[in-house]
Order: sequence, then structure tokens, then C-alpha cells
Amino acid sequence: MADFSNYLNSNLTPGQAGAHLWVVIYILIIFAAVSLAVIAMNWLERKILAHMQVRLGPMRVGPHGLLQPIADALKLLIKEDIIPENADKLVFWMAPLVVVITAFTTYIVIPFGPTHAVTDMNIGILFMLGVASLGTLGIIMAGWASNSHYPLLGSLRSSAQMVSYEVAMGMAAVSAILMTSLRGTGVYGIGSPTADAIGTLSMIEIVRAQMNQHVWFVFKFFPLGLAAFGIFAIAMVAETNRAPFDLPEAESELTAGFHTEYSGFRWSLFFLAEYAAMIAVSSIAVTLWLGGWLRPFPHWLSGDAWDTAFSIFPAFTFFVLAGMALRTTVRMPKHPYFKIQKAGLGVFGLLLGGIGLVLLVPPVRDRVQDIYWFAIKVAAFMYLYIWYRGTFPRYRFDQLMRLGWKFMIPTGIGVLIATALVGVL
Amino acid sequence: MEITTLHYLVVASALFIIGTIGVLTRRNVIIILMSIELILNAVNLNLVAFSRLYGLQGQVFSIFVITDAAAEAAVGLGILIAFFRNKETINADEIDLLKF
Amino acid sequence: MDPVATPYFFYGLSAVAVLSAVGVIMRRNPVHSAIALIFTLLSLAGLYLMLYAPFVAGVQIILYVGGIVVLFLFVIMLINIERMQREYQFNKQWLVGLLAAAALGALFVAVYVKGQSIFPQHAVRFPEQLNTQQVGKMLYVDYLLPFEIASLLLLVAIVGAVVMAKKRI
Repeated sequence: MADFSNYLNSNLTPGQAGAHLWVVIYILIIFAAVSLAVIAMNWLERKILAHMQVRLGPMRVGPHGLLQPIADALKLLIKEDIIPENADKLVFWMAPLVVVITAFTTYIVIPFGPTHAVTDMNIGILFMLGVASLGTLGIIMAGWASNSHYPLLGSLRSSAQMVSYEVAMGMAAVSAILMTSLRGTGVYGIGSPTADAIGTLSMIEIVRAQMNQHVWFVFKFFPLGLAAFGIFAIAMVAETNRAPFDLPEAESELTAGFHTEYSGFRWSLFFLAEYAAMIAVSSIAVTLWLGGWLRPFPHWLSGDAWDTAFSIFPAFTFFVLAGMALRTTVRMPKHPYFKIQKAGLGVFGLLLGGIGLVLLVPPVRDRVQDIYWFAIKVAAFMYLYIWYRGTFPRYRFDQLMRLGWKFMIPTGIGVLIATALVGVL
Repeated sequence: MEITTLHYLVVASALFIIGTIGVLTRRNVIIILMSIELILNAVNLNLVAFSRLYGLQGQVFSIFVITDAAAEAAVGLGILIAFFRNKETINADEIDLLKF
Repeated sequence: MDPVATPYFFYGLSAVAVLSAVGVIMRRNPVHSAIALIFTLLSLAGLYLMLYAPFVAGVQIILYVGGIVVLFLFVIMLINIERMQREYQFNKQWLVGLLAAAALGALFVAVYVKGQSIFPQHAVRFPEQLNTQQVGKMLYVDYLLPFEIASLLLLVAIVGAVVMAKKRI
């Protein structure tokens, strides 16, 4: 028990401190938070897509469709679970598990803050890329085990696509890892040239390197960091099978691709894993290029006043959300039919405001603001995912392969070589 | 009981023998290639286990072995696809013509 | 921090590795073999972690499981396996092969029983935190020529695979 309370004062991750109970607590918190984020993403994606197409989106279940994801989840859970007659039962059963387990395993090294990670591995980024690439296996297994034409085609496409884009992704990631060891002068000569010269693969150390070098790696060696980031940002969309690279599940060509034969709970596992993987891959991008948990301008705008100002942001965000909810409550139609919805939305708004008030308490404020900055950067990527889906038409498969092999990989290698050259000179 | 290097060597030799049996007895070329992967992995385990005793050279060499395995799998599967296109079979004992 | 429950992890991982290796060579269906191979490779990665070789473990996962096995599965799906599953799975020399492998096993056992004493008793404890840096340094300083040869080998393999698999060049 002493260990349990002592950990609160340490500045290590629970895995490094050897606090096993805290490891379990962190894992549970992350699991719950990611599941919640997936539910929120489900609602947001439908709403945002609808508004992009000048529709309203879900409006019926709960005020502004807020309870729609819960209704969907209930529907999926009580749906009949079908296994096709000629399917390979064992592999069919294993595939969704593999996809979910790999998507969630990556979270143990994601640094939500200097101490807010389950553990810090010295091969962190290698581990993340490796485990993320295992997700392909689950998709291949699902497509093959269904014993049907569309899923098989979908999984063939998926394996070819993922193997190709993994290379580009790796090249981009390597050039960011290389930057941790290079003493460059940062963006336009603002940074300090005193950072240490030992590179690292650990996620936490990568963010610390950006801190010490006074620059986010997306701005380092100006066009090079940005180019590597761009390659990664494209490759990660292909890696998670999202539009415009969603060929493995292209509904107009392959009905639903690799998960055509899945229904009910198993299908919802695929859904959960897809969104969890999106968040995980975005977290890699945020950690490598966008400074992880660092707030904007930690050196330029330093000092107690600025620290306090920036640490109010999380509470402020929740107050804005609460204000939006309450404003909508007031503007609800007067008809008695909307009575329950009005009360529900009001309580929801007050709940958000309450969370905002809790976040204002100084000890909570200090522990939470790292997580907030990390989450807001990941959220920007999530919005981009939805935006891509609303904007771009789907690629044809040969165009996809041409983009991967003939543009992204050569550019990735070029950026890597240029980064090494610039860093050494 | 403490785990010594010998324990790892026993596991490695078990994998090596299983791989050998696979190469010697199976007809399917894909399974034979997989058995070769097993053999290479047994070798890797040996190298890494010995690197505990003698220094990091073992680990460096095991990375070379993994590279070699990747090259071998790529070329082997390429030959396999070419063969399947011509003969509609992938059984090792039917690959007995020098020219077709 | 000391590793937790090391013997149990060792026996568990080795059991998974050996049993799924048996699965690789015994299954009739190549896809099942490939999945068993994944389990072997992953548990070997775990054993590497126990041997304080985290970098090799990472490379094992990303290259073997994420690359080579996916390649295997891809090729298995391109090839019609329905017919092969109904044929004999073992060739005519299976008895000879088994005997040869048994002889090899006997040789291993003999070597381990006789030569047990020549290993140093105490393992060197590497600083685990610096493993990647040390491996990298050794790879690029001491073993630069083998490294270049390996890259040449990969180039040859790429060209060879394309030449083999493409219908018309």
C-alpha cells in the first residue's frame, strides 16, 4: 500500500517505477478512455460528415443524436452472431481478437505526458510500428476465413497496401528518429545547439529531445521535417484503411471488404479496432513531429504567468463545450415533446461545466494539462480523418500502388538522406 | 530455478529439429519455406543466447540472419509463383524437370 | 527493477514456441501453418526480450511477423490450395527424413551433455537502456562491410523476385 501512494510523488511512468498496481490502473483508464473516444468519434464523424454535406445527421435519439452511438452499440450487441457455414471457424473467431488486441497493445508506450504512459520502452517507436503492422494479419485472417470472394479480395488488397505503405511510414519515422540525435539549429536559428547527440527510440525521450532542442521536429531543418511529416500523414491514412485509401472495404466495389461476413459483436470489434488504430497512429505522428505533450511555445512564452495561463486551457475548453450545450438547451423548441431532451441536454451541459470546474483545481490542473495538449493534437488528426473522408474520392488500386512505391518511398528515402546530410554538415 | 544459457540452447535445438523434419518430409513448398524460417529462427535464438555470454556480436549477426531470411522468402516465393503459373502445383516432388 | 517471474515466462514462451512450431509442420492447411508460425515468432521475440536484446526483438516483430509472414499469407491466397489439401502431405522419404532428424537431435543432446562445462557460468549484464545504440554502433563501425554486403544481397533478392514473379518483363 505504501508503494501505491508513494508512486504519486514519483516522476517515472508506472512501468519504470515498478508499481504494478498503477500499471493495471493506467491500463484500465486508457482502455476506458479509448473506448469512450471511439464512441465520441462515432457520433462526431456522422455529425461532421452530415454537416459537410449540408445534412443534419442523427437527430432523433437524444438531443442532437447524442445517444445515437449507445443505441448503435446496443443494436450490435443484441444482433444475431452469424458464422458462415464453410468458414474456417477457429480463424474466423481469432481474426477480430487479433485486430483488437494489436490496436490496443500499442497504447502501452504512448506518452500522454512525461509520467502518463503505462511504461517507457527503449525500443518504443519500433514496438509501436511493429505491433501496428500486426493488425494486417488480423485483416488477412478475417478475409481468408470468411471463405467468400469479396472478403478475400479485400484482404488481398489490404495486405498489399499495408506492406507497401509500411515502408514509406518507416522511412518517415526514421528521419524523425534521426533528428533526435542531430544538434541542428532548429527552425530559423531560434533553437539551442546544446542538445545531446545520442539518438533514441523511446517515445518519452523523443518528446524530451524536442523539448531540449527547442523545436518540434515538424519545423526542424525546415522543409525536411515537414516533408517527412507529410509522408507519414499520408501513409498513416493508408495504414488504417481510411478514405481515400479504404480499398480493403470499398463499399461500392466489395460490399464491405474483409468484414463482409461479420455481424453483431464481432463486427463491432473491427469497428472499435479501426478507430483505436487511428488514434494510435495519430499519437505516433504527434509524438514524433508535433511535440507530444508539450504546450505551444514552452520556451518562448515561459514563466509562471504563462504557465498558469496555458494550464487553464483544459478547463476553458470544457466551459466552451458546456456553454454550447446550455445555449442549445435554451434554444430548444417550446413544445412539450422536447421536455425530456431539454432536461437531458441541460444536465449534460452542467456535467461538462462541472468537469471544467474540477480541472481548475491546481493539483489536477498541473497533472492534466499534458494529457490535454496531447489529446487536442490527436483530436486535430481525427478531424482531418473525417475531413478526408468527406472530401476525397477513393483511389483506384493501381493509383494507390503507384503513389506508394513511385512517389512516397523515393521521397521518404530522399528526405532521410537529406536530413542526415544537413545534420552532419 | 535459474534459467541458464543451456535452457535457451535446448529450445533452439528443438526448433531446429522440428524445422529439419519439416524440410525433409513435407511436400508443400510453402511449408518447406516456413520450416526454413523455423531453422533460421533457431539459429537466431542460439546467437542471441550466446550474446549474453560473449558480447553483442551475436545480436548483430542475428540481424544479418533476419535480413537473409527476408531475401530468401522473397526469392523463394517468387520462384513458387512462377512455378505455380506453369505447372499448377506446388508439391516439391513434382518439381523434377530441368526444362519445360 | 528485477524481472518478474522469469522461469515461468521462459517455460511458457518456450512451450508456445515449440508447440506452434510442431503446428507449422503438421497442419494440412498452409494458412494454419502460417498462423502457427506467427505464434512461434512472437514467442521468440519474447525470449529475446528476456535475453536483454530488445532491439532484436523489435526487428523480429516488425520484419518477420509484419513482413515475411504477411508475404507468405499473400502468396498462399494467390495459390489455389483446395486441391493440395486433399493430396498426401508427406513425401515418400518421410521415414528417412525422420531418422536423419532424430540422428541430428541425438547429436545435439550429446554435445549439450558433454560440453556443458565449457560455457562461462555467469552471464554478462549489458546495460539494457543502451542496447540499440550499441548494436547500431557495432553494425555501422565494426561490421560495415557485412552490412553493405547484406544490402547488396537484398538488392539481388528484389531483382530476383521481380524477374521470377513477373510474366513478361
